[in-house]
Amino acid sequence: MTHNPHISIQHLNVQIGNQEILKDISINIPNKKVVSIIGPSGCGKTTLLKSLNRLFDDTADIKVSGKVLVDGEDIYAPDAEVTHIRKKMGLLSQRPYPLPMSIYDNIAYGPRIHGTRKKAELDEIVETQLKATGLWNEVKDRLNAPATRLSIGQQQRLCLARGLAVEPEIILGDESTSALDPVSTSIIEDLFIKLKEKYTIVLVTHILRQARRVSDYIIFVYMGEIIEFGPTEEVLLDPKQELTREYVKGYIS
Amino acid sequence: MTSLRLLKDKVYAKIMLIFTILSVAVVLVIGIGLYLKSVPVLNKISLYTLLTSSVWKPLKGLFGFFPFIMGTLWVTAIAIIIALPLCLLTSFFITEYAPNQLRKILVPFVNLLSGIPPVIFGVWGVLFIVPLIQDHIAPHFVEFSTGYSVLAGGIVLAVMIFPLIVSIVCEVLNTIPKDLKDASLALGATKWETIRKVSLRKAKPGIIAATVLAVSRAFGETIAVLMVCGNNADVPHSVFDPGYPLPALIANNYGEILSIPMYDSALMFAAFLLFIIILLFNVISRIILARLERKLAL
Repeated sequence: MTHNPHISIQHLNVQIGNQEILKDISINIPNKKVVSIIGPSGCGKTTLLKSLNRLFDDTADIKVSGKVLVDGEDIYAPDAEVTHIRKKMGLLSQRPYPLPMSIYDNIAYGPRIHGTRKKAELDEIVETQLKATGLWNEVKDRLNAPATRLSIGQQQRLCLARGLAVEPEIILGDESTSALDPVSTSIIEDLFIKLKEKYTIVLVTHILRQARRVSDYIIFVYMGEIIEFGPTEEVLLDPKQELTREYVKGYIS
Repeated sequence: MTSLRLLKDKVYAKIMLIFTILSVAVVLVIGIGLYLKSVPVLNKISLYTLLTSSVWKPLKGLFGFFPFIMGTLWVTAIAIIIALPLCLLTSFFITEYAPNQLRKILVPFVNLLSGIPPVIFGVWGVLFIVPLIQDHIAPHFVEFSTGYSVLAGGIVLAVMIFPLIVSIVCEVLNTIPKDLKDASLALGATKWETIRKVSLRKAKPGIIAATVLAVSRAFGETIAVLMVCGNNADVPHSVFDPGYPLPALIANNYGEILSIPMYDSALMFAAFLLFIIILLFNVISRIILARLERKLAL
């Protein structure tokens, strides 16, 4: 699995103020698989996820050292261009945050920024991505309605479609189903499974059953360190480390 | 015991209601009072003439308020046109770009600006803005200007309403969820694109509300404007012409030559007019705001 790492994290340290959030993280994330990051609250799993698209660049007093290679390119290199890096990754946050515009414009937002202007092209992108996320039949008659009118589950799928519209290679999910009802949750989970044919997917989740349902590999993070990394079944059913065992059994949370 | 607590709750609710009504009633009382005081002049001269005539000859009993209305509108419009872009850029810089330490210096500085008494702005206008316009700006556009002009008034006013708009807009921008901005950034948008297409849109109702407040204040601002505006009872035709806004008219003349018949009543009408302009402006902007909010479905 390390033959073709899509993302390779090498000795990544993240510090905010005097607090070490991530300590010497090194890991290779395989291509076109679903990888779940699990761990107790505050262990650094969201920071690890966001370090992949540099979304905490603006956080005060943050210090990052180490390398994150995406397609062999270090995204923390001094000459790395951040919008180009982010375009490669679709982010699905905890709650859906539709942009304050219509359904259509939400999807067209990314492509427009990256230079697609032709109406016909945009129309096609919008239709393709809404179909990819199963929203097309639900919204095709009201593409110009504000995105905030959708149900929260629909909004989250819209946000996924919006991310896919910039043709990323990687999808990052930060507890993406935590605000959703069970039905919407399972729709999103199924989408992840379907999308891994084309994308590398990294998810943060605190629901072990979800990690088991959707992921091929699991990373267990505790106190800013990677304790264990391996295929899902192995980590969950036969963990090598005592800490992992305690966590998956529910002793530490 | 319980009934006493419930009774207390009811009593306090009633007391609060009464005080609220009292303070709101002040507005009504002022409006009615001003109207009653301006009845004599309204009885003598038709409302239409009062509003549209440009002849201001109190000694002959001719009161045309058109120059003063236009003076007020010119000064306020210039102030907003200058202040709004500056305020938006400043607010975006403070909330989105400024490093923490700089922000900690900038915010109190902006607030300090709102604490400076208007008369000091007036002096600054006379000593700095008026000569600047007279010597360096006006000569490029018109043959002669004393510098005492609606432009001077507008600039001074713009500086005065600046802290008000900036502090409200900053508050509004701070309420925009970080995750929403992140959603845009994560798609590869730059900060500026995010501001222009997401934050600005989301903050629009708040920005309009801040502008309304600032305009209302600008309409009524008296002393600083009076000091730099030239106070000439003619309709201004360019930004370099002097103007005579309504508050300046009242402040300059009230209590001085009240022996002239109807003068007192005419000044009260000026106050009433100002009151109505501000009221109308607020009502209209409320309607626009409500429509906008419904459209955006925030």
